[in-house]
Amino acid sequence: MTELWDGFTKAIELIVSLDPEVMQIAGRSLAFAATSCVIAALISLPLGSIIHFNNFFGKRLLINVIQTLYSVPTVAVGLFVYVLLSRSGPLGGLGFLFSPPAIIIGQVLLVIPIITGLTITALSGVDRTVTDTAISLGASRFQAATLLTREARFAILAGLIMGFGRVISEVGLSLMVGGNISGFTRTLTTAISLETSKGELELALALGIILIAIALVVNITLNRLQQR
Amino acid sequence: MSNAQPIIKTTDLGQRLNGRDVLRNINLRIDRGEVFALIGPTGSGKTTLLRLLDLIDSPSQGKVYFDGTDVTESVRQRLETRRRMAFVLQKPVVFNTSVYENIAYGLKWRGMSRDNIRSRLDEVLEMVDLADFRKRNARMLSGGEVQRVAIARAIATEPEVLLLDEPTANLDPVSTAKIEELITNIIQRYHTTIVMATHDMSQGQRLADRVGMLLDGEILQTGDWREVFNTPQSREMANFVGVENIIDGVVQSSENNVVTIGTDDSVIEAVSDCAAGEQVHACIRSEEVTLALSRHSTSARNTFSGEIARIITTGPVARVEIDCGFRLVALVTKRSVEEMALETGKQVYASFKATAVHVIRQD
Ligand SMILES: Nc1ncnc2c1ncn2[C@@H]1O[C@H](COP(=O)(O)OP(=O)(O)OP(=O)(O)O)[C@@H](O)[C@H]1O
Ligand SMILES: [Mg+2]
Repeated sequence: MTELWDGFTKAIELIVSLDPEVMQIAGRSLAFAATSCVIAALISLPLGSIIHFNNFFGKRLLINVIQTLYSVPTVAVGLFVYVLLSRSGPLGGLGFLFSPPAIIIGQVLLVIPIITGLTITALSGVDRTVTDTAISLGASRFQAATLLTREARFAILAGLIMGFGRVISEVGLSLMVGGNISGFTRTLTTAISLETSKGELELALALGIILIAIALVVNITLNRLQQR
Repeated sequence: MSNAQPIIKTTDLGQRLNGRDVLRNINLRIDRGEVFALIGPTGSGKTTLLRLLDLIDSPSQGKVYFDGTDVTESVRQRLETRRRMAFVLQKPVVFNTSVYENIAYGLKWRGMSRDNIRSRLDEVLEMVDLADFRKRNARMLSGGEVQRVAIARAIATEPEVLLLDEPTANLDPVSTAKIEELITNIIQRYHTTIVMATHDMSQGQRLADRVGMLLDGEILQTGDWREVFNTPQSREMANFVGVENIIDGVVQSSENNVVTIGTDDSVIEAVSDCAAGEQVHACIRSEEVTLALSRHSTSARNTFSGEIARIITTGPVARVEIDCGFRLVALVTKRSVEEMALETGKQVYASFKATAVHVIRQD
């Protein structure tokens, strides 16, 4: 118990003194997660809109599949990306394995279903009358879709933040395709698992507290948005 | 007027939803500048018809002509035509932005410049009395205010046809009066053609030049309000316009447009061009039935004696139900109830003029 307490106070010290290594790892984690989410959003928002605004055979099934993929294990995505990027894999020539692009590719794949699915949910959550009103006021299909997306903005943003929460806290994928290389691909989660196994509890705890703090901020933001 | 091209015309319009014919054989013509009220009870298809007229939905049958052109099919033409109309939905919703932006949307979508939008909106906001609300988020408004935003949003586009779906449903009397006044102002200022749905007969009377009675997906009658009100053409219509006494019978004799109608065990005289032998409904408004305590005090052709079955008083008037072989309802003042000491079980003479009977042929 005292060990934990000592670790905790040391961890606070590391954070308050802005320890360079801790800050670097935290910054890298944030950068990876943010980049992944932006790229995923650029793909998922249009994709979600297209699925929502069009009627086609198998739409219901597709949405079910997307929703199932919300909880796909990170190691499964990791394995897939690993195979894809490994030297003998189809994209092996890019030499991305064990580098930041590999982590980002994996994280993008990981959150595309979440952001796409939640975009669809957000758009269908808007009162049908909004579309009718827009159409009746002379909106073209595209103009009506734009308005609807605007009306759903808070719910869509909530989806983005959920996605962010998922990538910042995942460990399996970053470890498998990033390799936890110090100063290069080491993130909060991979560092925590390494330091813990080495017995460096105070460093692990400091990183854990930062991670929890980030998760807290994400959750508070999410709650605020959902109250809109 | 009726020689000119109607702004909207429908031919055999029908709508089938979920395997049910919600609308059938709608043949309407709305003239430019006219105020037309679609009146019908809930579920009769008013909203469904307005959605077809505004080209939001496509009909399962028939055609819609706008200004002489068939606009039923082409997607582009439907959008262009829709932009010449505006539709205030039954349950209006506002977009999650300011009142000003809400009203500006229709103009933005038509590609109008910011400056032109501003000057148009100044006028509209003032007209709907929302000038002080322009910066407020529209989600924060009351029901009556939302309705005014919805109307403002519609008229901002200066539509040739304004479609209003129950514009005063769920509003209190004060807000209702305000909306009706606003509609009157729009009519006077822009001479907009208006098609409005309502289940309120009296609102149709107050605002419309012409009414169409919609029942169970069919337009049963169109015409001047007075005509529809006083001479309904079917039993259902008579019921809907509030005729309380509808007595079935057979015409026994007919002479100079005066007919005698035999019911179960009485005879009613009426003015009608029906021939002997025809099955008819005799309609008598309850306010046309007068009550007396002796047979001699009335000159009306139809006098029946009977026993009072029930008296229901609401405010200054009383509904008196008399059992005189058939059931007859009379609407009298509360004062006459007191003066004649009317009460349940009392014998009275109920009478009405032959001209007060409206005769409908049974189908
Ligand atoms: N999308 C739909 N699918 C199936 N049935 C529908 C649909 N929309 C309306 N209906 C049915 O069509 C009928 C007419 O509905 P409509 O909304 O046009 O009536 P209304 O005259 O506007 O009634 P109200 O006065 O209550 O607004 C109703 O019986 C309704 O249940
Ligand atoms: Mg309706």
